[in-house]
Amino acid sequence: MSGWRSAAGPLAVIGAVSVLLALLEASGQAFWQGLVINMGIFIILTVSLNLTSGFTGVFSLGQIGFMALGAYISAILTLPLHQKAAYLADLPSWLAGVHLDQELGPVPVGFLAATLIAAGIVSIVAWLVGWVLMRLSGHFVAVATLGFLVIVRVILFNADAFTRGSRTFSNVTSYTNLWWTAAWALLTVYVVWRIKRSSYGRDMFAQRGDRVAAQAIGIRIMEPRLLAFVLGAAFSAVAGSLYAHFITSFSPTVFYFDLTFRVITMLVLGGMGSVSGSVIGTVLIVTLAEGLRRIEDVTLWYGLSQIILAVIFIVVITVRREGLMGQNEVPLDRLFWPETWRRRGLPSAEAASDPDPPP
Amino acid sequence: MTDYAIQQIVNALSAGSLYALMAVGLAMVFGILRLINFAHGDVMMVAAYLAAFCLGAGIPLEQTVVLMVIGTVVVGLLMERIAYRPIRGAPDVAMLLTSFAVGQILQNGTLLTTRLAGMPTLIAFPTPEALSGVISMGPIIVPKVNVVSFFAGIILLGLLTLFVTRTTLGLSMRAAAEDLNAAQLMGIKINRVVATAFAIAAGLAAVAGLLYAVQAGQINPYMGFTPVLKAFIAAVIGGFGSIAGAVVGGYVLGFLEVLVTALAGIADLLPQGSVPPEVRAFLAQWLPSALASYRDAVVFVVLIVVLLVRPQGIVGRRDAEDAL
Repeated sequence: MSGWRSAAGPLAVIGAVSVLLALLEASGQAFWQGLVINMGIFIILTVSLNLTSGFTGVFSLGQIGFMALGAYISAILTLPLHQKAAYLADLPSWLAGVHLDQELGPVPVGFLAATLIAAGIVSIVAWLVGWVLMRLSGHFVAVATLGFLVIVRVILFNADAFTRGSRTFSNVTSYTNLWWTAAWALLTVYVVWRIKRSSYGRDMFAQRGDRVAAQAIGIRIMEPRLLAFVLGAAFSAVAGSLYAHFITSFSPTVFYFDLTFRVITMLVLGGMGSVSGSVIGTVLIVTLAEGLRRIEDVTLWYGLSQIILAVIFIVVITVRREGLMGQNEVPLDRLFWPETWRRRGLPSAEAASDPDPPP
Repeated sequence: MTDYAIQQIVNALSAGSLYALMAVGLAMVFGILRLINFAHGDVMMVAAYLAAFCLGAGIPLEQTVVLMVIGTVVVGLLMERIAYRPIRGAPDVAMLLTSFAVGQILQNGTLLTTRLAGMPTLIAFPTPEALSGVISMGPIIVPKVNVVSFFAGIILLGLLTLFVTRTTLGLSMRAAAEDLNAAQLMGIKINRVVATAFAIAAGLAAVAGLLYAVQAGQINPYMGFTPVLKAFIAAVIGGFGSIAGAVVGGYVLGFLEVLVTALAGIADLLPQGSVPPEVRAFLAQWLPSALASYRDAVVFVVLIVVLLVRPQGIVGRRDAEDAL
């Protein structure tokens, strides 16, 4: 496969997304723009949880903790000086002077830097946490990472000088727009999709299938797990940064169990192990949740949407545990270049006539 | 000093009883199905609401307890039949996640019901006369509900022990926990055993829910999350999947929490001249607030250490290591 052809799929996606975003932006429909940004942030979360948990089978419930850290770190970094003096008066001096609110023309480079710094710091934290916790498997790891989520929450509530504690952290500059969200979401999808196709990805799927067998034939266990955990955490931190600069005011209560469960629902619906499945699951659930929220607002039956989403989750996991896509992907080249695909498919026509082995 | 110590011990025993009552339910279900039932805390919450409705309607305490236990057991059985039976034998994580979904349904179902009934999210618990007030023996003063919690825990756990060692159903339950398939081959009716485990778990959670609500003084649909986490930690510390482990773990956790809180006063206990006065002043100023607010974090750090160092828990056997 030569260079331009393998790049064609991603380029086509970028082109198509850009056109749609430009149209959406030109339309000026604030509601739909907000919905799409929301979708983009959730796509980053679901795809990165897929990398951490779906690929390796090591189920982490601590992802939203990394998102929370990313949100707070980047929000503290971008807060302008006068806001900092007013809202975070007790900030230590080395941090009080930092204000990444610089803009280069129309581009808020400070926001980009803050997001990258947040992702970097969270990666280090994730590496330390993962180095300890990735030795565990099954139930153990799920519960230990849940413990991490609780610990992050307790710290956020108590580190008043940095986070304002239980009070709302507000006045964050509204940097997040369609383009930032789309760019980060596409990058996440691309990186995770490449990892799935890499040797690391195959190691991850191998240990998900049968850890002992994989280990016995010399497949790495810790390295791919740790890579998946750290990278998933870094992207979650990016999602946190985007979220912080989108919603502009938040408190530690947001980053807890409801959000964790929402992302897990998207992941399981789409199919654990499928990147395109995660995107599909996210789009479906975000749309459905928005619709249900409107019904709640009209009927005042608050709680209804959560109940329906939980019922959907139970039905999916009972009836079709592999989700919509299983581990399969939507074949991009088949969508965008049908004739290329057919031509490339020809030589192996004889091989294809053999009955496919059951998945 | 001794008064303070005795009061703290009573507090620890009372908290330990509640954790043990909750943890036993988790452990029984886990022992048989390998399901960590995180909705267990929400079952407890439902019990607290049922009790609040009954007491609010002027029903006396004894009848309230009976109605509450029956109602909660029905909820537990429905939960097992509708959500857990279809996925029995699924991968561990799938079952764990299903229990989260069940919890969401219970929480939001309660929220929706209370909203439709025109009640606020957070309601004050109508504490009955028999459980309010304090018991004072000379200088020792403890809340009455703490003493009741302790004895309720001891009595119910004693009855449970009799049940699992002396009755056929109890023995079948232990056989099923040992090996589900083998038990089935021996003619044990698994569905009945599992339903019994869920019913007992719900009944114990109901009593714990009432006592917890009295201690907290208020209830809301999300109140089950922290207790279930604590119960889970208790079960892990003790040795997951075994009833004895859950009881031991519950009391260990109760003492651990009180110990963490009591550490706050350590600055006053250090002998004169053993540390520089600045250190003493720093400890006296910083420790109390830090330990009080980070108590939950400390407990989870202990959990993670136990998982890493001794995954089979205090009373667990070595082969229980791959049970989780």
